[in-house]
Amino acid sequence: MQASRDDFVIAIRSAFLKKENKQKFSLLALIFLTFLILITEKFNFKPIDYLKISLREVAYRSTFIVSIPENFIKKTYVSAKNHFKVYEENKQLKEKLELETSKNYNSEYILEENKRLRSTIEETNNQTSEIIGKVLVDKKSPFLRSVIVNRGSRDGVILGMAVLDKSYLIGKVVEVTFTTSRILLLSDLNSKVPVDIMPNNIQSILSGTGDYNGLIQYTRDKSLLEDDAIVFTSGAGGLFKSGIPIGKIKNDPINSKINVYFFSDFSQLRYVKITSYKEEAE
Amino acid sequence: MGDISKLNNFKKILEKGPIILLIVSVLNEFDFNYLNLKYFSFNFPFILIYYWSLKRSGSLGYGLIFLSGLFNDSVTGLPIGVSSLAYLLICGFSAYLRNITLRPSVIKDWFFFGFTILVVNSLIYLIISLIFNVQLNYYSILVNILFTFLFYIIFSGVFHYYQKLIFGGQSV
Repeated sequence: MQASRDDFVIAIRSAFLKKENKQKFSLLALIFLTFLILITEKFNFKPIDYLKISLREVAYRSTFIVSIPENFIKKTYVSAKNHFKVYEENKQLKEKLELETSKNYNSEYILEENKRLRSTIEETNNQTSEIIGKVLVDKKSPFLRSVIVNRGSRDGVILGMAVLDKSYLIGKVVEVTFTTSRILLLSDLNSKVPVDIMPNNIQSILSGTGDYNGLIQYTRDKSLLEDDAIVFTSGAGGLFKSGIPIGKIKNDPINSKINVYFFSDFSQLRYVKITSYKEEAE
Repeated sequence: MGDISKLNNFKKILEKGPIILLIVSVLNEFDFNYLNLKYFSFNFPFILIYYWSLKRSGSLGYGLIFLSGLFNDSVTGLPIGVSSLAYLLICGFSAYLRNITLRPSVIKDWFFFGFTILVVNSLIYLIISLIFNVQLNYYSILVNILFTFLFYIIFSGVFHYYQKLIFGGQSV
């Protein structure tokens, strides 16, 4: 018994402490260094922040270059798949276009009316500044949903800015380096956004699932949330302006969850709009 | 004469194969997610590091593994140092197995790899969720562990063939 325990200790000691052939560093020393980095990162130690920023600058650019072959295969695969769907899609789109055109006339009228009513009650107006960014890295890790764009602090990007694909909200800026920034997508588990659900004007919180959809949380009356109800930002918290479209509701009868399917396809992001909303009295 | 030196250079590049693969796999988007296979993912660096640390520890330096972990964290957005810790622990587990093994067996290596990634992923999950308060999808991690475990046997076959082809019988 004693001998087997000794063997175990010797094997562990040899594995972690002994500097092996052709190895410049001992394993234990590097593990200690890693723990040190983790601890200092937790307490926002300045030199670690600089290390992180430099690493990110190098890593994002290198990733973009290294990913070129796989991105090429991905694009070819997606375009080939889309090619086979073109005929059916064209038919559906024509029908949809007719419907949308008629809706558009109505919404123009409503927008004008809304503007007039806002000025009547002297509500503050949101003024936007807009930066267009190209998606450099779209590493769809199963654990974290985020993308990296080629706009950083030198272009005026700051933490917390809203990110849109066309006119749909897709996430917010969570990391900024000099030339790049990371966007946490709405589908990430750590994403929480206050929303308004129309037509019943219900306020709630949209949370990511780590998958391709979101979930509505903390709603008192679930029966009011019908399928195809539209989810907009509520503007609560002041980070996003109110009324940015996000997605559509789809109830899941099996586990009584309220899913949100985003208008934007997060797997096909190429260019995004990074915007900030400042409140200014009219 | 020129042909021989060209061949030597080519062989030298092939000998750096594990290092090149490690750098490429931590930096690129090698994930097949565009196939829309729900939950399908596997951790290729885990397989690579475990196999080469076990079979030919001189092929991948610990310093390089540490650095590649830092780069992986930068790319995936995890707290800096988490992947490095995972990679180094895998090196430690494989070094331990190497020390206690008298007669190597692929099946034993495979099951020990399964045990290793379970321990390492659990530890990383604890660090990320408890210390850094980052939420992770628990099922995605489990599926990732399962596929990484299953794919090990395939990749170990490929790496074994590569090792025999490039390094012959050398085991350093």
